[in-house]
Amino acid sequence: MNYKLKQRLAPFIFLAPFLIIFAIFMAYPIAYSFVLSFTKFSGGSFSFVGIRNFKYLLTEQLFYQSLLNTFIILIIQVPIMTITAMIFGSLMNSALVKFKGIFRMFIFMPVLIDAVSYSIIFSLFFNSNGGLVNNLLKNIGLPSQNWFGAGNLAMIVIMIAITWKWTGYNSIIMLAGLQNVSKDLYEAASIDGANTLVQFWKITIPQLKPVLVFSVFNSINGTLQLFTEPNLLTQGGPANSTMTIVLYLYKTAFKDFNFGVASAGSYILALIIAALTLIQLRVMREDKA
Amino acid sequence: MRKLFSKAVIYIILTIASIIAVFPFIWTIIASTHSNSQLFNMNDTFLFKGNFLANLENLQTSMPIWHNLFNSVFITVVYTVLVLVVDSMAGYGFTKFKFKGRNLIFFVCLVTMMIPQQVTMVPLFIQMTKFHWVNSPVAIIMPGLAGVFGVFLMRQNFETFPDELIESSRIDGAGELRTFISVVAPAMKPAFASLGILSFVAQWGNYMWPLIVLNSTKSYTLPLTLSMLIAPGNVINYGAIMVGAVLALIPVLAFFLIFQKNFINGMMSGAVKG
Repeated sequence: MNYKLKQRLAPFIFLAPFLIIFAIFMAYPIAYSFVLSFTKFSGGSFSFVGIRNFKYLLTEQLFYQSLLNTFIILIIQVPIMTITAMIFGSLMNSALVKFKGIFRMFIFMPVLIDAVSYSIIFSLFFNSNGGLVNNLLKNIGLPSQNWFGAGNLAMIVIMIAITWKWTGYNSIIMLAGLQNVSKDLYEAASIDGANTLVQFWKITIPQLKPVLVFSVFNSINGTLQLFTEPNLLTQGGPANSTMTIVLYLYKTAFKDFNFGVASAGSYILALIIAALTLIQLRVMREDKA
Repeated sequence: MRKLFSKAVIYIILTIASIIAVFPFIWTIIASTHSNSQLFNMNDTFLFKGNFLANLENLQTSMPIWHNLFNSVFITVVYTVLVLVVDSMAGYGFTKFKFKGRNLIFFVCLVTMMIPQQVTMVPLFIQMTKFHWVNSPVAIIMPGLAGVFGVFLMRQNFETFPDELIESSRIDGAGELRTFISVVAPAMKPAFASLGILSFVAQWGNYMWPLIVLNSTKSYTLPLTLSMLIAPGNVINYGAIMVGAVLALIPVLAFFLIFQKNFINGMMSGAVKG
């Protein structure tokens, strides 16, 4: 083989393994799913039904409820977690603290545990008959709760579980961001007489913005795809009050075998995520300008 | 005086946060030694009891747990190694060569990063059925390798690698693959470590896709086994499940405690750079 040809083939030797796998297991299924979303699966074969799956979803009460539940979790949990993470990040960054490494290690740990194990552990903590949380409530003289028997309580348990798992990860992201903020800025502000709170608003928040944006959108994305926790803690119940979008899609596809409807629903989810990603890119660009 | 007060407050908050973060880990280990009644008894919550072996026995009889552990280890290790090979090569190919359509191909790959996994779950399941891969580790490994994140991460890291070194290796007569393996890859250890750690943790905890394509108990991975043990309608032996949870925790935790610093940096590598 002559040298020139070799040179031209070289990139493809490196790219071929990935691109072949990508074509078969990513590009093709994405296209296939798009086609499926216009079909109905029954008796082992697919038939074309136009936009009926989308129409069905837009009038299906349970799909709306799953969207609503997911957004309720998102709107309540993401801000609480982000603010907590920011506080932990700032505290760990404080010059007053020694043993930063140890706190960092402990606070980071929840992200390591696999989603199934920690969901099971939280289901035991909140077990209505003798779970740790109810025992603690009893000890301080409060009534125990049937945590998985009422929609609101079940939602709260899910939010507590996610917050436990992901606050540490986001705290460490914030900490990394804070460590990049120049100390000179704070010194200059102190000389000008700005107090800690003013410094936080005028220096920390703006400097931290890229990291903050990443953390928030990453959390939103994760919440939109919430599956393991509701599937194991509540199975979407009671009475579908913790049904999330992805749990709905999973059940539609693999319990009811409505492949077409599930594909259509997954494209609706993809659209929501795409819209959010565009907003994220927008916010980031403003930041650079 | 004020300084001392704020110092105390910070330490108290961080200590409470640390306890909350670590407590479920410790509790899981304690609970794996409990019988069902001890597990739900307030007085025993923080005490080790003697039922670990009985729980393990119970776990072994209700699930082929060692098979499942082996499946988890096998899938996670093979997947992680392949991700490192495939994605580093692709990242290198995208960064250090110029060819027609390069930016377009990379852009297409990037766009799929936005698309949620659920879009491909039905067609991939149909594909796995056609390939007769249902219940096989290959069904977890191969589709996982199609993810673009690792390529993106490696590409970012390769961008800073000096072209002169590649050029001089070529002039010395080394082939492209040789150059990659002996000149470029060794200098990229931190990037490999980051991607390896991220892939390992993600695959070790993978649940939704195995739930779809693995349905014989012998083919289950650990998370799948645990999720089946707690399924409603069974007689649930919680102590046994906690033993399983400990088995699931040990590798990641050991990995983390040994390589703590690399580990945190690795897990963060997708974050701050992006």
